[in-house]
Amino acid sequence: MRRVVVTGLGTVNALAHDLPGTLAAFRDGRCGIGPLTFREAERLSIRIGAEVRDWRPEERFPAKDLPLLDRVTQYALVAGAEAVAMAGLPAAIGPRGGAILGTAAGGIGTWEDSYRAVYAEGRNRVSPLVVPRLMHNAPAAHLSMRHGLGGPVLAVSSACASANHAIGLAFQLIRAGAAEVMLAGGTEAMLCFGGVKAWEGLRVLAPDACRPFSLGRKGLVIGDGAGVLVLEAEDHARARGARILAEVAGFGMTADAADIVAPGGDGAVRAMRAALADAGLAPEEIGYVNAHGTGTLANDRAEAVAIREVFGPAPPPVSSTKAMHGHAIGATGALEAMACIQALTESLLPPTAGVLAADPDCGLDVVVGQARPAQVTAVLSNAFAFGGLNAVLAFRRAD
Amino acid sequence: MRAEIEAAVIEILARQLLLPAAEIAPDARIEDLGLDSLGKAEAIFALEERFDISVPFNANEPDQPNFDFSTVGSIVRGVEALIAAKAG
Repeated sequence: MRRVVVTGLGTVNALAHDLPGTLAAFRDGRCGIGPLTFREAERLSIRIGAEVRDWRPEERFPAKDLPLLDRVTQYALVAGAEAVAMAGLPAAIGPRGGAILGTAAGGIGTWEDSYRAVYAEGRNRVSPLVVPRLMHNAPAAHLSMRHGLGGPVLAVSSACASANHAIGLAFQLIRAGAAEVMLAGGTEAMLCFGGVKAWEGLRVLAPDACRPFSLGRKGLVIGDGAGVLVLEAEDHARARGARILAEVAGFGMTADAADIVAPGGDGAVRAMRAALADAGLAPEEIGYVNAHGTGTLANDRAEAVAIREVFGPAPPPVSSTKAMHGHAIGATGALEAMACIQALTESLLPPTAGVLAADPDCGLDVVVGQARPAQVTAVLSNAFAFGGLNAVLAFRRAD
Repeated sequence: MRAEIEAAVIEILARQLLLPAAEIAPDARIEDLGLDSLGKAEAIFALEERFDISVPFNANEPDQPNFDFSTVGSIVRGVEALIAAKAG
């Protein structure tokens, strides 16, 4: 079976507008969460988030293109361009290239602006570009146009697991021979008044900080951003002399088939085991788990139980980087893939910021403070979404 | 006022639990009634809409320092206090 490797990475998120800045923040355990600054944030009861700061799209895109680009697409395009440049791919990748991007809310900012215009402001028309701006497949479609990707291009949506599903499906497509190169990851721009207002009602947002696996945690903190990985058939990458960052070794996806929000059942355990089996890895070969680790009471305990069931009483070190980049919902798995690849390439396990004291009920070796030096050859990245949808990726060090 | 609030709390819980209001005792424990987390969120939303209050409830704090949602009676007292704070 063909092996699939990662040859490029790109990102825009609350920590930085590029990969080097993001990896530096991961090393230091820096937190990108701060006060929300968008319109009418003062009407919210939750006023923190991991916003992309100092974002000036007019410096990134020609004025004629901007009316077509919701922020969710802008982030994806900037992340995609960085990843393609890092991979050293040509300007037009061709018919054997594709893109799969996850997003949970797509162009929610465009929905909000156009509804505000017709309902709140009583206007009678909205921009003719509303539909192509807000559609969930807009970010993937713009990537295809920008990089000449003529093969499989689509969006996937599975809430907080969207990016892991996107990366996993792209991996399977390359392995099956349906493409040679895939841009895969996720993008999200849910930090707008309506987006946070909707989350507030679920009573799961933290008012102060994101503290995964910590005593005193009060919930999740939403983030914005995008992450794009260049996945490539190993033979294709080697033939063109590309630098191989890591191997996508395995993918497992399951559904709890139980509850629309609460984690439960054996879905998470089955997804981790499926990823290990797909990769041909034994649990003891895994040196680090990037947890879903949202910082909610329910997730962190259920995930800890699942990790101990898969790995036994002494599981590998675990961290949740969401305390730094926020829970970027449909993009979060792509940001966390970068943390996993950092663990493999720099021998540094990215930390969990914000931990006050480890929750003894979780019973995990949580990496806190700064990145922890460790030689690891394989890692897992968990994503367990609302809807009970689970997607776990296994990455292996390049040889 | 307390009787009115109690009746409203029981009516809102009954709607979430699909139970006749008469089957929810004023001292009933919410956990014993079998209200799940989404039902709780919906019940709190209904209370906020009914009384024009904001209930400081976060599903991640098991002991709920700011709003005691453990029994019908504690919810009634919590709502009473929020209404009084609004009037004051």
